[in-house]
This record gives sequence, C-alpha cells and structure tokens, in this order.
Amino acid sequence: MKYKETAVITEQREIAPDIFSMWLQTDAIAKEAVPGQFISLYSHDKSRMLPRPVSICQIDGTKGRVRLVYRIAGKGTEEFSGYGKGDTLEVVGPLGNGFPLNREYDRVFLVGGGIGIPPMAGLAERLPGEKLIVAGYRNSEVFLKEELEKNGKLYLASEDGSVGTKGNVLDAVRENHLTAQALFACGPAPMLRALKAYAAEQGMDCYLSLEERMACGVGACLACVCRSMDVDAHTHVKNKRICKDGPVFSADEIDLG
Amino acid sequence: MEFRTSVNLAGVELKNPVMTASGTFGSGAEYSEFYDLGALGAVVTKGVANVPWPGNPTPRIAETASGMLNAIGLQNPGIDVFIERDIPFLRRFDTKIIVNVCGKTIADYCEVVEKLSDQPVDMLEINVSCPNVKEGGIAFGQKPEALETVTREVKKYARQPVIMKLSPNVTDITEMARAAEAGGADVLSLINTLTGMKIDIHRRTFAIANQTGGLSGPAVKPVAVRMVYQAARAVSLPVIGMGGICNGEDAMEFILAGAAAVSVGTANFNNPYAAKETAEGIQAYMEKYQIGDIKDLIGAVHL
Repeated sequence: MKYKETAVITEQREIAPDIFSMWLQTDAIAKEAVPGQFISLYSHDKSRMLPRPVSICQIDGTKGRVRLVYRIAGKGTEEFSGYGKGDTLEVVGPLGNGFPLNREYDRVFLVGGGIGIPPMAGLAERLPGEKLIVAGYRNSEVFLKEELEKNGKLYLASEDGSVGTKGNVLDAVRENHLTAQALFACGPAPMLRALKAYAAEQGMDCYLSLEERMACGVGACLACVCRSMDVDAHTHVKNKRICKDGPVFSADEIDLG
Repeated sequence: MEFRTSVNLAGVELKNPVMTASGTFGSGAEYSEFYDLGALGAVVTKGVANVPWPGNPTPRIAETASGMLNAIGLQNPGIDVFIERDIPFLRRFDTKIIVNVCGKTIADYCEVVEKLSDQPVDMLEINVSCPNVKEGGIAFGQKPEALETVTREVKKYARQPVIMKLSPNVTDITEMARAAEAGGADVLSLINTLTGMKIDIHRRTFAIANQTGGLSGPAVKPVAVRMVYQAARAVSLPVIGMGGICNGEDAMEFILAGAAAVSVGTANFNNPYAAKETAEGIQAYMEKYQIGDIKDLIGAVHL
C-alpha cells in the first residue's frame, strides 16, 4: 500500500556541508517500508508542484519513523532543510520496490557513492550475511560513517584521497582485494555503469538503485523511465519506470548506455 | 436541499463534472491505490496509438514556477494491449471511461477509433494537440482545415461521442473551435499544454531532452480560463475545461467561464487525491451558495 501522511519531523540536523539528516514520524509508511524504497516529499510552497523523491536511509518500524538523508540540490530541498522538530511535511510512500533481502548471500558488497550512500545504512541493517560496505565521498566531509560501521566492514574512498582509498569505490575494492557473491549499489550513473561491468566480469549478482527526474512518483506519468533489456510490463517498449518498477533493478535487466 | 452535480456531455451522463487530464493519470491503476475511481465523473486515459510508442529520451520533465514542462512523447502500449488490459480494469469502477487517442497520421487515428468502436468505453478524446511528438499530434491542431478534416475522418469510424482536444498554441482559439465543430465534433476539450522551454544555466543545457516541452499547472490557468470562455461562446458544443485546476474553486472558474466539465491534470502530481478533492470542492461550493444544480452555473459568469 501507498500512504499519504502528514509526517512530523522528530529530528533534523546537518551532518555534513549541505547534507541533512531528518527523522520523520510516519506511522503507516514506516511500518511497511523496506530498504531501497523512497518517499515523495511535498513542498509547503505550492509554486513548487512536484514532489521531491528522497530515498529512505533507515527505518524504525517500532517507533513508526523513517530517516532521510539528503543533499540540498535546489529550492525544494533547501526549504526542507529549514524545518525542525515539530514541523510537518506532506509525504507519500513507501514508493518503489526496494532491494531484494531474501537471497541469502554469504558475503555481499554494499556500495554507495555520494548521496547514494544513505540507503546502504538501512540495507546493511536488514540484509543477512557478511557485509563489505564501500562508501565513496568527494572529500573528507564523510557522513553516516558510524551507522555503516555498525553493520559491516566499512571501506572508504574519496576523490581527493583525504579519506580511505584515493579514487572511486572500485579503486577501494581493488586496493583491499575484496570479493563477494553479490553487489548492491546506489550512486551516480557513471559509478553504476562501472559497477555493472565489474559485477559481470566477476560473475556477481548485481542490484542497482537508479534515479531520474520524477513527476508523479507512482508510475502514472512515465517521466522517469530507463532503458530495459526486455520489454516492460507497462508499455511493452523496453522502458521501465524507475519510480514503480524500480528504483532497484537487477543490473542485467537494464541498459545503462 | 439536494445538490445535483451530474452533467451531460453529448448524451453521456457524468455523476459529477470532474475528470482526469490525459497523460497525468495513466489508465487509473496507480491512483486507484489511493481512492475509488468511482468518485470521479470520468477517467480520461493517457493517449493510446495504433502501435506501442517508446516516447522521448529523459529527462522528460522539469519543474517551473507554479507548473511544469513535460515532453514524455506519448509513450503508450498501443491499442491492442490497452483493450485487453486497461479497459477491463477501468470497467471495475463506477465511472465513465474516456479514451484519449493519438496518432501520426489520419489513418492512425482512424485505426484506433475503429478498434474502440465495439469496446465498452463512453467517449473518445482525439489528441491533435500534443506539442512533444514530431509528426501528427499538433500538426492537426494548429491549422483549422487540418483539424476539420481529421475530425470528419475520425467521426466516420467512431461509435462513441468524439471530443476534440484543442491546442492553446494558436492565434485564435475560436477559429479552431469552429473548425472542430464544422468537422462534426461532439465535444471540445481545452487546453492542452503551452509549448515552453527551460534552460539549466549551470550546465548550460536544456532542462529536458526534447528541448521544448508542454507547460501545465497553475501557471497556465488564466490562459486556459480565457480560452475556455472564448471557445464556449464560439460554438454550441459542450466544452471540457482544463489547465491548472487544483481544487473546487479552480474548477468553478472554468465552469462559470462556460465549461460543462473539467479535468484535473498536473495537480495529481502535487496531491494524489486532487481530482477527488476537486469533485468534493465543487459540491462544497454548491452548498455554500445554495446552488441546486451545477448545470445552472455553466457559463454563468456575468458583468
């Protein structure tokens, strides 16, 4: 089920420059959400019509809360960052499919790049098996390090070399001679493209979380499609809806170009 | 006091004047997860062609002040899948079904209309006004002669009443309204989106891959109300008004301007319940002003 709720912010703070962490009281959504799903946040300013899709970082089903960690990317997210404890937001969720949790791998890679790191925190909490978590940052402004370390072995990479391996997430995998049976990832398109190739080369199962500009967020408007290898169930034209059929796809079902 | 919200469009009785704008609501499945589609007068489906269309490259949308640009490019599964899957789905709800038909040539439109002729749908809406596909679409919607011709041809195959959906990207909307009427249209709907452009100044590129897209949302509402007013006075056909409607008050502007029914489009993206709440808002307006029959307010704006 999808729910529209008036969510109450229970906590919000800036955890790195322009990166905000927000806990929302969203009883119905928190009860059903799984890692890899996202939530649509609606602006109080009605001149901004479209919801902002934000992936779920962590889920506390007991308290009925979800945590979102997002980067200020424009006016909408800037508005959200200005709210604090007790303020409310209209939200719809949980949206999308989420990561598969039932595959029983002994050892998996969880790979996050930049603002693709947050969903890996919640995924690490729920996914069974040994987790090798690889997080790629721009520089020393790391975030969610403690949360990631709690549920797996964490390896860092940074573009400027200020933390962890200098370079990207794959450089960190190679430098540390890491291997696993499967790979779960979220991050920028070039990173996902490289990980897809790497997983294919290593014979690993690979699940990627994609993003695209969205309008409805529920699968109706067909704005956020990606190319797929097989004909899609909706239109039969090899276009999958990221908001509805994804955002998580098995790497072999999508064409990343 | 009883409040009658039903309206009649070319012999089709709608329980209330609120429908969904084509392309914003799919075939209803996604929004039926939020509410019973029986709350609406009609569901207008996303455009369907004779064969599947893949649509445009992404990004397909961009937000603008009080609105958005879209260039989806009419991605659709084609009429055969639509008949097999979407019509039976919509038949489960107590609402009228209006199928939006798109095409690249007159023959394309006629093929779809003919295939729908024995289907349990209530009306057809012919999309001659999509600004985002290169052939067809708007080519028929900007020249009165072409519009009259396509209307006349489609009418030869149609068993259901035909709605011609007009483009606002014209100099004189009344000329287009009269052309559709002359071709035999049963109902007009307007406005489709206004052609627009957004540039990402940081990347120095177009915000959507198609470069241009259709502007919709509250930003276009005053243009839409004006065009509905002009079109409704120019012809004797019922008019379906749309463009930026978010609630009952917005809908009432269109009805007072002359619309016999209204469509909710972009607002569905801002609030999944927008169309349902618009129907409730119209009812609330009638109660507030003690209007017993919505039909008494159609075109009731005065000096």
